[in-house]
Amino acid sequence: MRTAVALIILVLSGTGGDLSAAHAMRRIGEVKSFAPSAILRALGRAFREGWMWIGVAQMTLAFCSLLALLSWEAVSFVIPATALSYVTGALGGKYLLGERLTPRRWAGIGLVSVGVMLVCLG
Amino acid sequence: MTSPQTPRVKTLILVTLSVVFGSAGNLCFSAGMKQIGAIPGWSMAMLHAVFAKVFSSLWIWLGIASMLLFLAALLLVLSWADFSYVLPATAAMYVVVPLLGHYLLGEAVTVLRWLGVGMICLGVVLVGQTPANTTRKD
Repeated sequence: MRTAVALIILVLSGTGGDLSAAHAMRRIGEVKSFAPSAILRALGRAFREGWMWIGVAQMTLAFCSLLALLSWEAVSFVIPATALSYVTGALGGKYLLGERLTPRRWAGIGLVSVGVMLVCLG
Repeated sequence: MTSPQTPRVKTLILVTLSVVFGSAGNLCFSAGMKQIGAIPGWSMAMLHAVFAKVFSSLWIWLGIASMLLFLAALLLVLSWADFSYVLPATAAMYVVVPLLGHYLLGEAVTVLRWLGVGMICLGVVLVGQTPANTTRKD
């Protein structure tokens, strides 16, 4: 039971953290210049966005769940199970960020998820 | 450096940089921790000794620097590209790390792992054929 709860927290808070960071980056707008000063300015603006810090908090929670899971279960179970994040990330992108997922993208995400599981199990 | 490249080229460059720096960071952490050895125990004194070793390792610092560059590239690409595009594309790390682990660190790679590597490559190619941004209003 505690493993299932920690795994759900890990996948949801990890995905939530990434989605929040992605949302913060979308709010500051497209970074058009690769000049070091422009990059630093953009990252500085990103870390003044509330969503970025909400993302960092969720990523921290995910990291704590990962450490807890690794202390209870074998790494060969924990890491492949986190491949679920590719599916929750895609769903988050579609329903929370309004992205349009074509069947081709879904197929790619499915292959990547299964592939990551196999790499970790192998 | 101020480059008005097409979004597709910019996306490709930054996703590639994410994969390169993320993979390099993981390999540096792996090399550093192998040099330090297994953690002997979880008492405060032992953890203190392990932390001292970890943060005096050049490999670990190279790993941290690499991971910061990975994070910067990832955040920059997310300023225009879909999250559902970038996330699976960066899974190419799961391809690069076993390959480098095999050829640089002499790690064994099983048939199952090669099969997974093949599926990830195919998945990344499929995702790469979709538009990087599906929310642009123009």
